[in-house]
Amino acid sequence: MKLVRAFWSWLRAVSGDDAYERYLAHHAAVHPERPVLDRRTFFKQRQAADWSQVRRCC
Amino acid sequence: MSVRKLLFWLVVAGLGAFVFGGIALARGESINAWWLIAAAVCVYAIGYRVYGAWVATRVLLVDGGRATPAVRINDGRDFVPTNRWVVFGHHFAAIAGPGPLVGPTLAAQFGYLPGTLWILVGAVLGGCIQDMTVLFFSTRRNGRSLGQMARDELGPVGGGAALIGTLMILIILISVLGLVIVNAMKHSPWATATVLATVPIAILVGVYMRGIRPGRVLEGSAIGIALLLLAVWGGGWVDQQPTLRTWFDHGPLTIAYGIMVYGFVAAVVPVWLLLAPRDYLSTFMKLGTVALLAVAIVWLNPVLHMPALTQFVDGTGPIFAGKVFPFVFITIACGAVSGFHALVSSGTTPKLLTDERDIHMIGYGSMMLESFVALMALIAACVLEPGVFFAINTAAGVVGEGAQAVATISSWGFPVTLEQMESLAREMGEATLFARTGGAPSLAVGMASIFSSAFGQGMLAVWYHFAIMFEAVFILTTLDAGTRVGRFMLQDFLGNFVPALGRTAWYPSVLLCSGLVVAGWGYFLYIGVIDPAGGVNILWPLFGISNQILAAIALSVGTAILVKTGRERYFWVTGLPLAWLTVVTSSAAWQKVMSDDPRLGFFAGANDLASKLAAGVLPPEKAAVAPQLIFNQRLDGWLTVLFVGLLWLILADMTRVCLRHVRQSAGMTPAQESA
Repeated sequence: MKLVRAFWSWLRAVSGDDAYERYLAHHAAVHPERPVLDRRTFFKQRQAADWSQVRRCC
Repeated sequence: MSVRKLLFWLVVAGLGAFVFGGIALARGESINAWWLIAAAVCVYAIGYRVYGAWVATRVLLVDGGRATPAVRINDGRDFVPTNRWVVFGHHFAAIAGPGPLVGPTLAAQFGYLPGTLWILVGAVLGGCIQDMTVLFFSTRRNGRSLGQMARDELGPVGGGAALIGTLMILIILISVLGLVIVNAMKHSPWATATVLATVPIAILVGVYMRGIRPGRVLEGSAIGIALLLLAVWGGGWVDQQPTLRTWFDHGPLTIAYGIMVYGFVAAVVPVWLLLAPRDYLSTFMKLGTVALLAVAIVWLNPVLHMPALTQFVDGTGPIFAGKVFPFVFITIACGAVSGFHALVSSGTTPKLLTDERDIHMIGYGSMMLESFVALMALIAACVLEPGVFFAINTAAGVVGEGAQAVATISSWGFPVTLEQMESLAREMGEATLFARTGGAPSLAVGMASIFSSAFGQGMLAVWYHFAIMFEAVFILTTLDAGTRVGRFMLQDFLGNFVPALGRTAWYPSVLLCSGLVVAGWGYFLYIGVIDPAGGVNILWPLFGISNQILAAIALSVGTAILVKTGRERYFWVTGLPLAWLTVVTSSAAWQKVMSDDPRLGFFAGANDLASKLAAGVLPPEKAAVAPQLIFNQRLDGWLTVLFVGLLWLILADMTRVCLRHVRQSAGMTPAQESA
């Protein structure tokens, strides 16, 4: 059970499924006073940043 | 080292030596896959634990006490300290593409031995070292890219050469991969319908992740994968419908034009619509299928029907021309040493590392896993009867068609009959499997036979098209991601002359530069399709040479940094693979340019065709395309000259930088390490 849970959280992290939660945690820890992006805007920005560089290989 | 540890490693080394000897000495009798897997595991274990660990701790001097860029900068966006298993997953998914599946399949024409040895030795001494050192040096420079490091450490010449090299390799890579899927889809309604269906499926997933449930990557991917599997089955249904199937039954040229249009559209529409969702799907498909293949091979332990060495080591091979040295080292680039990895290892991955000590596992380990993928592709190719393997992978322009092809191939000592090929094609749900060159279809046949024996007979056709879909999905991902990266590089370059073109979001510039990149690879794809000899014979060696030259650039940067940071006595760690790649690429390029054999030398091929055309001995359909083929072969010859010129330019630049340091002479530039 522990192994399944570990695999699930690994899968979420690797695929970027939990990116918004991690962003919220980072935001709360570092600069809670600033306005926080909503899920949609965050995801949009993240994708744009991801795909402006070499991300995939042959 | 404790006695128990020492004993353990002695056993590993002994076992490795034993299976290696077994593989190398097995003559006349076939061996099974476990031998290769056992050899691989022993080589990887020693490479990782002994050599890799030594390079990381003693040469690179990874420092667990030093804050990585992710820890120092931690902006929550680009620089994010991440769990090392997550970074490993990211990094492996980024470096593993279709390359390690195609190259080993083609190189199987020499037999299984040369490919296996190069995949194992090349990876542990070359590829893994390259990936790890680039990852380390880029981490020490806040994730600077390979091109930037080349500029900083070598100078503008090195930087410029890295840029041109990267752009050229992208163009060649995309065209050859395009050719691979054209050959899988030509006159195959099932494959064409399935691959076409992946486009709306990706768009649907994109819309889902963007508008309906933003950011729910796993949900969207699960839906997409279910639909992809449905598309494999649906393609089979389409194939049964007498009128519907004709809509998807197209010749190679039509499919090639379709791919060009697709590549252009995918590069100019927003990434969320097509590129990003397709990438999610292809990554999951890739990891899932590779894991499945590994399980099936280990479980089934298939016998390799391909001999250890074939007579084609002498250079007369039907799939591509050239002797085993240097061409096996060019043909298998990804899986042994791949320069492209240096682009991924610098840039994204360094910004995620939490601890420098993880560089060993992530840089060295990921490449080892990729090398294992290449070995499995080689096994899947060698499981086929050699006669069948050659019948699928040899172009009609080389062995003729149908009865003529089986007669020629059987005369080489690899018996195959027309009935055998016909019944195999029927089982796979195809009209014919002859001359489906490029490696993907024969890999799919190999995978289908492995999967169906492991997971239930009678589903061969479905497994075959599943494998084709799996390969096509991530070839198309490389194709559109590569076109986009090529566009950025071109915009960056043209921006030096016309500043407006350098604005990456300015739509006219987007259209122009994407169009130029597509035109570049589209040209080579077009020529590859109309070439009666199959095109792969020309394009794959060109790709291999360019990829290895990119690796040489990365290793030059690594060597220069080692020398500049006072570690010159260890310069051979990167210097040795660099020297080997220089020998291999230079001699391969020399033969491709200077050889008198019209199948091997580009200029010899062009002149041979030109004299035949002038003498009027070509049949009319060949005469019609001959002028284009002649021009293309000359162009390829000059391109090869350009690649090797770049390589030697970089080598000279690196030597200059290193000598200045060793002699402590004027004009010495310090290493550019940050913080």
